[in-house]
Amino acid sequence: MNTVKLQIDDRKVSVVEGTTILEAAKSIGIEIPHLCYQEDMSPASACRLCLVEVEEAKNLVASCSYPVANNMIVKTDTERVAKARRLVLELLLSDHPYDCMTCEKSGACDLEKYAYELGVPTTRFQGEKHAYPLDETHPFFVRDYNKCILCERCVTACNEVQFIEAINLANRGFDTKVTAPFDRPLLESTCISCGQCVAVCPVGALVEKTRRFQGREWEFKKVPTTCPYCGVGCNIELNVKDNRIVRVTSPIDSVVNQGRLCVKGKFGFEYVHSPERLTAPLIREKGELREASWEEALSLIASRLANYKKDELAVISSAKCTNEDNYVIQKFARAVLGTNNVDHCARLCHAPTVAGLVQSFGSGAMTNSINEVSDAACILAIGTNTTETHPIIGLEVKKAVNKGAKLIVANPREINLVSSATLWLRHNPGTDVALLMGMMRVIVDEGLLDSSFIDERCENFDAFKESLKDFDLDFVERITGVPREQVIEAARMYATNKPASILYAMGITQHSHGTDNVIATANLAMLTGNIGKPSAGVNPLRGQNNVQGACDLGALPNVYPGYQAVADPAIKAKFEAAWGCSLSPSPGLTIMEITEAAYQKQVKALYLVGENPLLSEPDASHVQKALEKLEFFVVQDIFLSETAELADVVLPAATFAEKDGTFTNTERRVQRLRKAIELIGDSKPDWWITCQIAKRMGSKGFDFAHPSQIMDEITSLTPSYGGISYGRLENGGLQWPCPTPEHPGTPILHVGSFTRGKGRFIPLEYKPPMELPDDKYPLILTTERSLYHFHTGTLTRKVSGLNILKGEELVEINPKDASALGITDGDMVKVISRRGEVVARAKVTEVSPVGVVSMDFHFTESRTNVLTSPALDPVSKIPELKVCAVRINPVTSNRR
Amino acid sequence: MSNDVDLSLLDPILKKYQSQEGALITMLQEIQAVYGYLSEVVLTHLSREVKVPLSQIYGVVTFYAQFYLTPRGRNIIRVCRGTACHVRGGSRILEAVEREVGITEGETTPDLEYSLETVACIGACALAPTMVINEKTYGKLTPKKVMESLSRKDRKEREVE
Ligand code: SF4
Ligand code: SF4
Ligand code: SF4
Ligand code: FES
Ligand code: FES
Repeated sequence: MNTVKLQIDDRKVSVVEGTTILEAAKSIGIEIPHLCYQEDMSPASACRLCLVEVEEAKNLVASCSYPVANNMIVKTDTERVAKARRLVLELLLSDHPYDCMTCEKSGACDLEKYAYELGVPTTRFQGEKHAYPLDETHPFFVRDYNKCILCERCVTACNEVQFIEAINLANRGFDTKVTAPFDRPLLESTCISCGQCVAVCPVGALVEKTRRFQGREWEFKKVPTTCPYCGVGCNIELNVKDNRIVRVTSPIDSVVNQGRLCVKGKFGFEYVHSPERLTAPLIREKGELREASWEEALSLIASRLANYKKDELAVISSAKCTNEDNYVIQKFARAVLGTNNVDHCARLCHAPTVAGLVQSFGSGAMTNSINEVSDAACILAIGTNTTETHPIIGLEVKKAVNKGAKLIVANPREINLVSSATLWLRHNPGTDVALLMGMMRVIVDEGLLDSSFIDERCENFDAFKESLKDFDLDFVERITGVPREQVIEAARMYATNKPASILYAMGITQHSHGTDNVIATANLAMLTGNIGKPSAGVNPLRGQNNVQGACDLGALPNVYPGYQAVADPAIKAKFEAAWGCSLSPSPGLTIMEITEAAYQKQVKALYLVGENPLLSEPDASHVQKALEKLEFFVVQDIFLSETAELADVVLPAATFAEKDGTFTNTERRVQRLRKAIELIGDSKPDWWITCQIAKRMGSKGFDFAHPSQIMDEITSLTPSYGGISYGRLENGGLQWPCPTPEHPGTPILHVGSFTRGKGRFIPLEYKPPMELPDDKYPLILTTERSLYHFHTGTLTRKVSGLNILKGEELVEINPKDASALGITDGDMVKVISRRGEVVARAKVTEVSPVGVVSMDFHFTESRTNVLTSPALDPVSKIPELKVCAVRINPVTSNRR
Repeated sequence: MSNDVDLSLLDPILKKYQSQEGALITMLQEIQAVYGYLSEVVLTHLSREVKVPLSQIYGVVTFYAQFYLTPRGRNIIRVCRGTACHVRGGSRILEAVEREVGITEGETTPDLEYSLETVACIGACALAPTMVINEKTYGKLTPKKVMESLSRKDRKEREVE
């Protein structure tokens, strides 16, 4: 790139060619006033406030779009410039309401700021003024057209940053305004309610509803912390006044998300202040839950738990809780209760990732980082509905496509990413191994493999190659339903466009052969040398905000923190020494096994933190029966969840906004969570509660005064976290492995060599899903998740706006299947499986393929997991949530 | 919004401009020629087919005066709002027309008989106040004359039918 030398206000500056004058000036600390320009977006050049003098140019130029040239002489601060800028402001003010004294934006408004700086108190122009009604139709923000200065930032943000294109300028002249198509409310457009438009609006034209009438901009305290929802782990700032969150913002330079958020992170915090929060411990007495003091509740728990034998006890932890919470909880299970029966909901999402990638690579986590995705030359997105479940990673994928990357989407459903895809493989649910092995067969047959990578870095290739023999394209086409030409095209595309990145999520893992699916992705990446390099890799997208951390910190029955095996005597000795107690050498039970053991009355007491198995586990009716058989059941949560209603003691936990700690996001980045408000009611942080129980059971080693002390203990015992401390996490967190205090963290795994030494090719065979459609249950039910809700809805269903955006379960069904069953869009239907039945509304759409229906599982009114199959993957024990057989009956009454 | 629009009429236009960037305005003109106006159903279909966001298409359609989002009447009344007509009582003429046909500026009667528009100056200032119905100019108007010309027209139309 060539550099250009120029002079701005008598100062010399050199910048790369193509830089604008405004950016060049900024680089030497000269701020040129601007209203429409916004960093990282293409300039609309609509406001003309950024005018500057360029020697030799006759007219003033708009510095936000005018590129620099060699020897250019720019003056940003002359009287001529000031006059022109004042004129711009006067014209804007001539059609602007003068209500800064009551405007929410006052103090952060750019128009106000520049009017002050340039000394423009009023306007000479008396023109026609707009008098639009306030647009309050959106649940989360208002649009005041009278304040809009038509800078187009919101339009560009919607188009270029979020790729949604919901709004644009319409009409012309005096009538010009920003609208959704046909001047309809945003809710009737493609808008995804991300709030990006609100974030970039320089004036008070777009304002969050939650912050209205709450106070002035300068009164808000901004606390930097981490989004509590998905595994992307966006960096957010809680804006707080009077111990209430009034708004969420995100700095444009944030490490993970660069200021972008999805609707949940931006607007989904109402639950924190919900009147339904648990504010005191509850104890069941004569069948009813009554309020109790902490002392009473904790003592009761301590004395009851002490009555059971070690393996009659089990603990379920939570991927929503912090690393410190999880560490304390697993330590409690192991050191105090004496059992390895501790697990968490990763079992239901990414257990196969941990099991599979450890076999192949030695480490079961995303190999690369989120911000590398946009530089990939090819992306294979298989079994991930990225824009719904990991919205910011979805944006990175679209960014890559805009930069020319090839995108292969493998999904039975026509998900949003399909519209950006180069190639869409619509394979039958549960046939991923066949599809991926088919691609690998083509790669091997056509010699597109990376032989030197295989020879130098991998092992067991020949056995693997042998197993490809079973996957000739006739077979692959028959099993997957994908035409062979497409399999060939996908193979070539993936193998020849490097670096190629594989993204996957629960479409890969939630199968009775989930571990095989994961291994197939690993084989594919190794076959083409796409490991240990930037923008390549195998990237499991972890679902919950801290599911990575909960696994890392040992909330798993077979490993201590840092994936150190409980069965390894040396490791056991190390933890016994550190914790000052003797520990069990035998791996414990997984979530599904705990439920089953409860059903069999082998597990008699359960301590469950922040999880809602009644909605999240398959065959939910059976789960309920199992939990009802428990002799003693403690639930710790922030709400009285469906599961908590069954408990003997309920403990009120604090939300993310009320506590300090760390979360580890899907790219292994350990990030700070910071306390923004005081504890609500008598709720307490999870780590504190668990420590109190431990202490009452007479255990030492639970005297933590602050989560940072827990982190110090974690780092001393967990090699991959060895170099992490709160002090080092201040600026953007650290990606593990980070073994020493000097180590900068690891954005890319397996560079040079694999964690396990050599990458291991593993032969695979195709196994069909356990439950396939038949005459009685002719349709496949697959489960999915919605952008607007999270997991079992415990949090998001308490956010009224999210319920407006998506208020009920929709059973998506193909028009062909619907018409055969006499179902039309909006009808209520009954979905029936071998395990139960659920009533919900049908949405007739071609998004769902023929023969497949889909439901999410966020709605307690229609509990999808009553239907799903508990068939387990033998290796990782994940249930087959993605495929079961159902039939659908129309419900005649209850039409919308 | 009517769902019985025949979208297949779009096919030849889509085919003709397939993958031609920057042909949007020409396409919109041809589509309007086919349907008489640009309905939501048609524009939504177009957006999907040419992969141009609907918000952008809507922006273009509303920017240019030549495009109509609603069906237009068989008879177009244009009342002049130029300066000469204005000083000679043009606004009373507009009011009279509005009363007579029962719609306001920019609207079309439900039976699609009339659309009412205003124009800047039709270049017949000597005859101010003026209006044009289809191609015919009416000058030196009074509210009474408006009534006559419109009802006569109406009657004639009915006789023809
Ligand atoms: S909320 Fe997001 S999607 Fe909706 S208009 Fe604003 S930027 Fe576009
Ligand atoms: S709403 Fe805000 S961002 Fe959008 S054009 Fe108006 S002033 Fe600019
Ligand atoms: S993408 Fe995930 S982490 Fe980011 S705001 Fe949305 S839910 Fe939160
Ligand atoms: S900032 Fe340059 S024209 Fe608006
Ligand atoms: S002003 Fe009406 S015709 Fe000229």
